[in-house]
Amino acid sequence: MKSQRQFDDDRPLAELRRAVKRFGAVTALDGVDFAVQPGEVVALLGPNGAGKTTAVQLLLGLLRPSGGEVRLFDQDPRSTAARVRVGAMLQISKVPETLRVREHVHLISSYYPNPLPATEVMAAAGLVGLENRLFGKLSGGQRQRVLFALALCGDPHLLFLDEPSVGMDVESRRGLWSVIEGKAAEGRSVLLTTHHLEEADALADRIVLISRGRIVAEGTPAEIKARVAGRKVRCRTALTLEEAAALPGVRAARREGELTELFTTEADRAVRELLARDPGLSGLEVEGADLEEAFLTLTGADTKDEVAA
Amino acid sequence: MSTTTGTTMTLQPGRRSLARIFTLEAKYEFLKLLRLPVYVIPTLTFPLVFYMLFGVALRQGPGGAFDFPTYLIATYGAFGVMNAALFGLGVGLAVERGQGWLLFKRATPMPPLAPYVGKLAMCLLFGTLMVGSLFTLGATAGGVRLPLATWLTLAGVQVAGAVPFAAFGLAIGYWAGPNSAPAVINLISLPAAFGSGMWIPIQMMPVVVKKIALFLPSYHYAQLALKTIGMDQHEPVGRGVAVLAVFTLLSLGLAWAGWRRDEGKTFG
Repeated sequence: MKSQRQFDDDRPLAELRRAVKRFGAVTALDGVDFAVQPGEVVALLGPNGAGKTTAVQLLLGLLRPSGGEVRLFDQDPRSTAARVRVGAMLQISKVPETLRVREHVHLISSYYPNPLPATEVMAAAGLVGLENRLFGKLSGGQRQRVLFALALCGDPHLLFLDEPSVGMDVESRRGLWSVIEGKAAEGRSVLLTTHHLEEADALADRIVLISRGRIVAEGTPAEIKARVAGRKVRCRTALTLEEAAALPGVRAARREGELTELFTTEADRAVRELLARDPGLSGLEVEGADLEEAFLTLTGADTKDEVAA
Repeated sequence: MSTTTGTTMTLQPGRRSLARIFTLEAKYEFLKLLRLPVYVIPTLTFPLVFYMLFGVALRQGPGGAFDFPTYLIATYGAFGVMNAALFGLGVGLAVERGQGWLLFKRATPMPPLAPYVGKLAMCLLFGTLMVGSLFTLGATAGGVRLPLATWLTLAGVQVAGAVPFAAFGLAIGYWAGPNSAPAVINLISLPAAFGSGMWIPIQMMPVVVKKIALFLPSYHYAQLALKTIGMDQHEPVGRGVAVLAVFTLLSLGLAWAGWRRDEGKTFG
């Protein structure tokens, strides 16, 4: 059987090659090159609407690319041979409510040639004691854990987790993280999407930053944090936007009403420079930039747009 | 819990069984609906309640003008199977499509036909249960007496009718939303059942209804059921079967178009 063919360890498990996906006039992914290598945990990090879910659904064969190529275990992502090696947790609202947790796990496990024993699935997903509960009787966080359990049923080589911790309480999230770490320690690969830098940082070997359908940066969590854990300096200044953006340590600037906002990874230096150039400056505030703002510091094109605006 | 694990553990490594997948799919489709009162009550009890009201209450002594209890055994049974199939497939599919459940299942190595085969099996099972209960009621409260072979032939025709209406339900499931599907089905199935002589014998209908009925698949289905008890309008069997076969194929075509449209939103 094809699915039992040995898979070459050197090749990526999942790969997008110059992948483009358009929905009507909207381009959700715009020429993305991306791969998951054996044994790595990769986080696709980006704000809502960045194209993370589109990337996951292309790799799972749920979407057809408008351009470029998608490979899963070096095969068409829709092939059974590829799908038996994969588990997926998607952002879906519900699963049938009148089946019990163990019945859902039982059915989904039957699709795979080497399923994980149900007791292990329940333990990993934190569902011990809830096996006989109807899905409709579970809380929001418990439902997320069932969706996670269903991704684990086939004992996958590659686990796709699309925004896995949305709706989970802190305890469930920690539990989820420790299972993901456990899977990685067994040599399984994981691709997760998130819009929380903290989550990507806690789990991933590599973070791929995606914004507006393009990859804007890629690196280890330490590298990415250094680049996106920026600060936002806000003040009332006589400097023009161009002058402000050109200050040492400032990556981008934009006007918000009569305030000027500077994005920087070196806030101390930027503030010193600001005060040196404009002694009349007022209303100075420094705060952490959120992820969306942090992207401004990474995308040159965006900086120009903001300055020109 | 231990039984589930046991079953999983006894599987040979590296093999999955298609027979087992389809069996489990059908089993859980059945359990899923069995625990849903909004499905079970109308499907299993409405035909029985109607039969008590109209079949048993209108029962006439020997020599009466029309044998309602026997006629309605055939047509309420057909109506019940038709509705079980339309709602089971149509609403079930529309709801699971809306939830994203079908999308999730597509990401698994599930055999693509498994959910449809499972749902059809579930409709056949519900149809059989309903027909069995109706026959019991007919033979007792209704006083209906038929040879065993006739009971069995009638049940066979009625249950087989789940196939064309399951196909039509599939089409509705792909074209209607989760909230509108039940209304769409009622709007189609209630007038169709009435116009096909499923509630009031077609013999008592005005000529215009009888003419319209010729165009209703449900009429031909009811006639095939009535033929087994000799109360039909003497339509050729071949034509009835052909109409239902064409209806099934058209429904599958419509469902296929809906499926393509659905995939187009995701896989297009």
